Amino acid sequence: MSISGTDTAPARTGPAPVPDPLLVVRDLRVRFTRDGVPVHAVNGLSYSVAPGRTLAVIGESGSGKSVSSRALLGLLPESARVTGSAMFDGTELIGLGERAMRRRRGADIAMVFQDPARSLNPTMRIGNQITEAVRVHADVDARAARERAVELLTMVRLPAPERRFFEYPHQLSGGMRQRVMIAIALAGQPRLLIADEATTALDVTTQAQIMELLAELQQRLGTAVVMISHDLGLAASYADDVLVMYAGRAVEYAPAPTLFGAVRMPYTAALLGAIPLLDRPSHTLLPVIPGQPPDLRALPEGCPFRPRCASADEQCLTEPPLAEHEPGHRWACWHPEPGGTTGTEEGRR
Amino acid sequence: MTVTDHRETGTRAAPAAPLLAARDVVQEFPVRAAGGVKGGVVHAVSNVSLEVYPGETLGVVGETGSGKSTLARSLIQAPRPQSGEIEFQGVDLMGLRRRDLVRARRSLQMVYQDPFGSLNPRWRVAELVAEPLIGYREGTASARARRVDELLDMVGLDPSLYGRRRPHELSGGQCQRVAIARAIALDPALLICDEAVSSLDVLIQAQVLNLFERLRTDLGLSYLFIAHDLALVKQVSDRVAVMHLGQLAEIGPATALYRAPRHPYTAALLDSIPGLDPATGRVRRPKAPPGEPPSPLDPPSGCRYRTRCPRAQQRCAEEEPVLLELAPGHRTACHFPLDPPTGPNGTENEGTRP
Repeated sequence: MSISGTDTAPARTGPAPVPDPLLVVRDLRVRFTRDGVPVHAVNGLSYSVAPGRTLAVIGESGSGKSVSSRALLGLLPESARVTGSAMFDGTELIGLGERAMRRRRGADIAMVFQDPARSLNPTMRIGNQITEAVRVHADVDARAARERAVELLTMVRLPAPERRFFEYPHQLSGGMRQRVMIAIALAGQPRLLIADEATTALDVTTQAQIMELLAELQQRLGTAVVMISHDLGLAASYADDVLVMYAGRAVEYAPAPTLFGAVRMPYTAALLGAIPLLDRPSHTLLPVIPGQPPDLRALPEGCPFRPRCASADEQCLTEPPLAEHEPGHRWACWHPEPGGTTGTEEGRR
Repeated sequence: MTVTDHRETGTRAAPAAPLLAARDVVQEFPVRAAGGVKGGVVHAVSNVSLEVYPGETLGVVGETGSGKSTLARSLIQAPRPQSGEIEFQGVDLMGLRRRDLVRARRSLQMVYQDPFGSLNPRWRVAELVAEPLIGYREGTASARARRVDELLDMVGLDPSLYGRRRPHELSGGQCQRVAIARAIALDPALLICDEAVSSLDVLIQAQVLNLFERLRTDLGLSYLFIAHDLALVKQVSDRVAVMHLGQLAEIGPATALYRAPRHPYTAALLDSIPGLDPATGRVRRPKAPPGEPPSPLDPPSGCRYRTRCPRAQQRCAEEEPVLLELAPGHRTACHFPLDPPTGPNGTENEGTRP
């Protein structure tokens, strides 16, 4: 079955030439110390994102997906030890001083978080919060900044922006607050936007609105987007590339059509299988895997998924590298799923 | 396994007496504006009627603020609704005094969204599961201890391993299992699950959903399953009710309702689900409906969905639509319902919705 052939598939997943990457992450590692015990949150993560493209970083709670992106912006607590490299347009982000990082945040890289209610200042009118963000990044007078703020609110399609400008966060719905957060994130005209579970707390209807808005703004402004989510369905619908994380590692990484056309890592397959589907008859049991994600203080030897994996054997005591086994398709597994037939792969190209 | 008496009398095929029947339930909350002056009334639940039959799972979907949770709380009389009738196992809960209500509530249990918040952090797992048994003075201490072990086994927690742990030593999924063990301790007939798996990771969520499914067949449980995730609700439900701004927009058999929604709101909800079909690898790009949900403080006249509805006309502003049976068991509150799938427009629904 061809993927790009269906009219419901996003048009931009075709094999268009990919521009040079804007962000290149290499062997990123994050270690915390909690009660004297090291916690290995991120263990050698590598990926890249190009302008105008969307990378979805998928994983469960504790997989390291949020920690890894916060590490890029220097947003982790002091106790975090971050090593590896993250080159943003020629600048190394890891180890960058606080002053230099402050200049980058918002201007080059902006972040939208899950909870818009807690990200906004409850005692400040939303207009002032956006105006403030505008003036941090651009040397403009108050009046011009205000005009730009209303412009941004119009751009994120907040209803009645001139009136909403004077309202407080509690007067807005969750979806409207998230629009305000996106407006603030875009105030510095960032080239990379990190959306950390940005639509998770919203209703499906609002989520669809926000994702549509992000996709449209991305096309218009050429922003690169890293979308952190637990939702494979969301990734399938909006991402160009998908990276699946488990226990702080990337276990599968490929362009979305390639990955969803032929999932190879058993963990990704388990995630996909566990999603309730609209076309499954009621009361069907979901295919489940036993156990829980590993304790990051004491990772198992070899493949971290080994204790829960049905295909695991002695070979899995050696950690499989994330290698490109097929063009564009990387996975870290000694015993990959058969995937689709090779016909699927051929048919798509 | 214990079989409760409602199952022996209730046959699935014949129109059995409903286990739970709610009629015209109204729940409204006054709100105070700045300075403590009366600010208006939140119309949280407005004239909702529904039934849950023995052995069935009724799903309830809707957006935030649609009144799903308030409805659940109204059903268990916490707090008691302003008006309406709620009959559970033939007993009218609305007229019961506190002590009688406690007795009736024994067979009507609830599982909430936040597994940590619903368990006392200082108690051990075995104590938490024993609490309902003690509250209803069930058996001797040793009989209760045996029952606690049995319950923990039933929800997939090894009693010797987990019995002495406290909630903070458990994962979210394990806490939710403890909450479920508490809820089924007294052999309830109906379990109300309010976003009971929504905070869990997808793999753990699947384990808990399968547990609900197993309890349904093993214990003959009926469920009222509330969630905002439409696919999730479809997975567990025989029938589904769609709530919008405190009202029922549509209710019907799960398969028919998802394949051929008749209310434009149900269609909009279904259209906004992102996703893919793992079997074919086909990806679906959601269609976002325009507009914001109106305020429950001041719902629109007539049909409360009309301000967002692409099919709305003058009549929708003037006349409130009532639930009409458009297909067997499938009732829709809409003046201009969508076509059934037999027409040329309807077939599209079946094709694009995996």
